[in-house]
Amino acid sequence: MTSPHIRLPASVQRNMLTVLAALVPGIAAYVWQVGAGILVNIVIASVTALAAEALVLRLRGRPLWMTLSDGSALVTAWIIALILPPIVPWWLTATAVLVAIVGAKHLYGGIGQNPFNPAMAAYCAMIVAYPALMSQWPTVGNVDFMEQLHLILGGSRNIDAITGATALDAMRTGLREHTVSAILESHTFGFAGGRGWEWIAAGYLVGGLFLLARRIITWHLPLGFIAGLGLTAGIFWLVAPDRFPSPLFHLASGGAMIAAFFIVTDPVTSASTPLGKFIFAAGAGIIAWFVRTFGMYPDGIAFAVLLMNIGVPLINQATQPAIFGQHKEPRP
Amino acid sequence: MSHLMESVRNGLWRQNPGLAQILGLCPILAISTNMVNAVSLGLATVMAMAVSNLVISGLRRWIAYEIRIPVFILIIAALVTVLDLAFNAFFHSLYLVLGIFIPLITTNCIVLARAEAYAAKNGVLESTLDGIAMGLGLVWVLALLGALRELIGNGTLFSGIDMVIPGLSPISVLGDAYPGFLLASLPPGAFFILGGLIAGYNAINARRAARP
Repeated sequence: MTSPHIRLPASVQRNMLTVLAALVPGIAAYVWQVGAGILVNIVIASVTALAAEALVLRLRGRPLWMTLSDGSALVTAWIIALILPPIVPWWLTATAVLVAIVGAKHLYGGIGQNPFNPAMAAYCAMIVAYPALMSQWPTVGNVDFMEQLHLILGGSRNIDAITGATALDAMRTGLREHTVSAILESHTFGFAGGRGWEWIAAGYLVGGLFLLARRIITWHLPLGFIAGLGLTAGIFWLVAPDRFPSPLFHLASGGAMIAAFFIVTDPVTSASTPLGKFIFAAGAGIIAWFVRTFGMYPDGIAFAVLLMNIGVPLINQATQPAIFGQHKEPRP
Repeated sequence: MSHLMESVRNGLWRQNPGLAQILGLCPILAISTNMVNAVSLGLATVMAMAVSNLVISGLRRWIAYEIRIPVFILIIAALVTVLDLAFNAFFHSLYLVLGIFIPLITTNCIVLARAEAYAAKNGVLESTLDGIAMGLGLVWVLALLGALRELIGNGTLFSGIDMVIPGLSPISVLGDAYPGFLLASLPPGAFFILGGLIAGYNAINARRAARP
């Protein structure tokens, strides 16, 4: 076939399945570094998502199979499972997925209609509702699978021995008394971000590059987010390297990589024009840096994305490209 | 008598301040974290509305039209001051919990709205009844909202009841193991649950209208 023909008809289902495939390197790194418990969480999230989606579609009198099989609920479920701490009890994962699918997605009209990123809305609801459980992250290589399973199934939580401050938490609390370079010598940190967690971020990066190569996403969103977060961090780091960690630390820590390639790239809730996509993602990155640096929550990305979601209609309107062959005229 | 019944029906359902007019959101959001607080503040509002409607309706022929709003506010503020002092005297612990929200009844727009829209134009009996009916309409919405927020957020009902009726204790509906859903107790939870209540209200009205 020659160039004017489209060989692969793009469909929601094909795109979503590719996104799921692209999450695999990150999940593999997760299993390698933190343990197989994450797979249990993914199963819990997936089952809850499909059940909730089917129930709401039925209540709304919509055709079941078309939406249920498009994979969008599964993408939301997997992302939620990956951004929650891996040892949260099962009901927290299930509640988060219910908030995402029933609240953030279907109350606004289902796929294509929701203004807020469902996974981020769920994360925010959970961090506000269960701040303690949402702050318990295990240290790498410290939890065996049976123990993880015990915690996920709601067993008694004697967790002081296996949890520790995340890289972002250690940095935030450490900065009250120490300089960045002194803090980075602690065992919590690896070569870039949190020890071990940086490999998971690298896994997301690999999956994200695969999505870029398959043209499921364009460069505007991930690069915008990385630029927004990285440049803001870079400016402050250059001015006061003792008080602000480097851009590399910010990009390798917390949820920065999964956010850049899998969260801000949500086709429904991000801006739709090329320039608008860049502005949307860069704004999310900038706000995320400020929430991380001056806020008190474990990570700031979810709040940043929701705030930029509010601005999407405005961004779309302000960045409409000129129609081909027309001069862009000032509005009357 | 039928127009009196109409007044009651308007207050409790058709023009319900919480669900249809969406007026007086300040106490709805701030104080409905549990049922006892919500109902207490709601009943205080009922008293303020009943008496302010009664007084304003009685004085309506002598209040100059151009300055009616400041006069209404002065009357309402005087009545609310009495209420504030009474709460302080008789329910002191509850007074400490409700705090600024009792004086704030003065600025609650539902009180002024009923004075302006109803009491300034109608007789004393009708106006008093309107104040009571509208106030009770707010009370049952506040009670439901407070109960849902308390139940979802904390798993209990009637917490703080001992501040009103000494000797009673709150009941734990969902058991001590319930982890709580803090979001419901926080201000956003009030918005979400009120939104759900309004949706339910509209659904019931739509179903009724569809019925022949």
